Amino acid sequence: MAESGRLERLERRVRELEDELARERGGWPAPRARIDTMSPEVTDTNPYSRLMALKRMGIVKDYEKIRTFTVAVVGVGGVGSVTAEMLTRCGIGKLLLFDYDKVELANMNRLFFQPHQAGLSKVQAAEHTLRNINPDVQFEVHNYNITTLDNFEHFMDRISNGALEEGKPVDLVLSCVDNFEARMAINTACNELGQIWMESGVSENAVSGHIQLIIPGESACFACAPPLVVAANIDEKTLKREGVCAASLPTTMGVVAGILVQNVLKYLLNFGTVSYYLGYNAMQDFFPTMSMKPNPQCSDQNCRKQQENYKTKAAAQPKQEVIEQQEEIVHEDNDWGIELVSETSEDELKAASGPVPELPEGITVAYTIPNKEENLITEETVAESEESLEELMAKMRNM
Amino acid sequence: MAEEAARRAVAELPLLRTAAGPRDRNGWAPRLKEEYRALIQYVENNKRADNDWFRLESNAEGTRWFGRCWYIHELLKYEFAIEFDIPVTYPNTAPEIAIPELDGKTAKMYRGGKICLSDHFKPLWARNVPKFGLAHLMALGHRGPPLAPPFLGLSQCFPL
Repeated sequence: MAESGRLERLERRVRELEDELARERGGWPAPRARIDTMSPEVTDTNPYSRLMALKRMGIVKDYEKIRTFTVAVVGVGGVGSVTAEMLTRCGIGKLLLFDYDKVELANMNRLFFQPHQAGLSKVQAAEHTLRNINPDVQFEVHNYNITTLDNFEHFMDRISNGALEEGKPVDLVLSCVDNFEARMAINTACNELGQIWMESGVSENAVSGHIQLIIPGESACFACAPPLVVAANIDEKTLKREGVCAASLPTTMGVVAGILVQNVLKYLLNFGTVSYYLGYNAMQDFFPTMSMKPNPQCSDQNCRKQQENYKTKAAAQPKQEVIEQQEEIVHEDNDWGIELVSETSEDELKAASGPVPELPEGITVAYTIPNKEENLITEETVAESEESLEELMAKMRNM
Repeated sequence: MAEEAARRAVAELPLLRTAAGPRDRNGWAPRLKEEYRALIQYVENNKRADNDWFRLESNAEGTRWFGRCWYIHELLKYEFAIEFDIPVTYPNTAPEIAIPELDGKTAKMYRGGKICLSDHFKPLWARNVPKFGLAHLMALGHRGPPLAPPFLGLSQCFPL
C-alpha cells in the first residue's frame, strides 16, 4: 500500500518535471490553423498554392478531390514514413497507419524519424510529426502486428470501415512492410475484401526496389507467382551476407516512396499512366515496367474468386475493355500463368510448362516452385491417430 | 554441412496433410493435431539420436507457441526461451521464431529477437506448402542458422 502511494508521488513528480522541461525548451510551436477549403490563391501563407497550380497547368482536373480520399499505410519504416509524409503534404483526407515497431537509433540512416523520437512507437511518432506538418489531415494509428489472428481481424475491419466517412472502405492500402509474411497478410485481406492496394519493397541489399498495383481479380496478386524481384546484376558469390540481415539506404527508400506516392496520386486524381509494376535498379539506373494478369491457379482462393467476379464484370461491359494498347509479348512457356497483357486461354496456360516465368528484362522471381518435390522429403505423412488434441498436447508437455 | 544435417532430420519427419491456417475454423483443428504428431515424432527422433534440443507447447488455440531450446558447446549448456505466433497466412508463410533474450545482441536478427533465416529457407518452405509444419521449421533451423548460438557468435558471451 505504501508502495503504491510512493509510485503515485513519483509519477506526479515525473509529470511536473516533464512540464518544466517543455516550458524550458519553449514547448512546441502551435501548429497552423485548419483550412476548410483548398484555395488556388498564390500567397506565401497558402500551403496548397503549388498543388492547386497543377490544375491551372492542366495536369490534374480536380486536385481538391484529394481531400476526399483515405489511404492506409501498412509499415511506417523507411518507405512507409516518407510515403505518409508525402501524402500528408499533398493534403490527403485521412491516413491510417499500421506498425508495431518502435523508433530506434539504427533507423537514422533513413528519412523522416529523428533521434529524439527513439523509443516511441513509430505510428505515434509519425502521427505527431505529420499532424504538425498538416493539421487538415485526419489520422488513425494502430500499433500492432497485423499478421496475428486478432490483429488481422481488426485490420480487416479498419480497411473495410475506416474511410473519412466511417463504415466505408479506404480508397487504397499501401504495403510498405519489410517482410514476406506481412505482405501475404495484406494480400490475403485485400483479396478477401476486393480492396485495391499497392505493394512496395526495397531489396535487402538496398540497391533495388519496386512498386506494384494490385486490383484483386484484374491484376496478379502477391500470391499469384513467387515474389518478383528486380535483378540487381550482382554476382551472388560476391555478395557477402555474413553477420548481417539487411542493408538500407535513404536514397533507395526515398526513390521507392516517391514512385509509390506518384502512382497513388495518378491513380486517385486520374492523371498520367498508372503503373502496374515499376522496378528500380539502382546499380544500372534502370526502371523496368510491366503488368501481370492473375494466375488462374493462384493458391489464394479469394484471388480465384475475384478473378471470376472480374471476368463476369468484364463480360457484362465488353466495350470498355479495349482501351490499353500495350505491346503484346508471347511466351513459349508459362508455367505460372503469368502474362504481360496478353489474352492466353486457361487451357494454353495449363499446357505450357517451364520452371521460370518469362518476365521483361530486369525483373525476375525470387525463387521458383518446381512441379516435382525436392528429393530430400519422404512422402510419408503423419499417421492418423485416435488421440485428441488435448492428449497430444499433454504428451508433448510430458516428453 | 550444418544445413545437410538439418535436411536429413527433415527427411525423417512425417509430412502434414491438411492445408489450413488458424483462420480456417474447420481445417485448423485437424492441422493442429498433425502439427503435434509431427513435433512429438521429431522429439522422439531426437531423443533416439541423443540429440534432444528443444521443447515447444502452445496455447489452447494453437496460435501462440513457446518453449525453450538448448545447445551444448564445449561443455557449456546454452538455453534460451523461444516463442512465435502462427501468422494468419500459415502454412503459406512460416512463423518467425524469436529468441527475445538475444534481441539486439547479434546482427543476425531482426527486431524483437526474430531470427534471420538462411536464404534457402523461404524457397524450401514455399516448395513444401502445406506439407511442412512446425517440426520441419524447427529441424531446418537447428544446427545451422538460426538456432545454434555459436553460429550467432555468442559462444563467448552467454555461457549458462
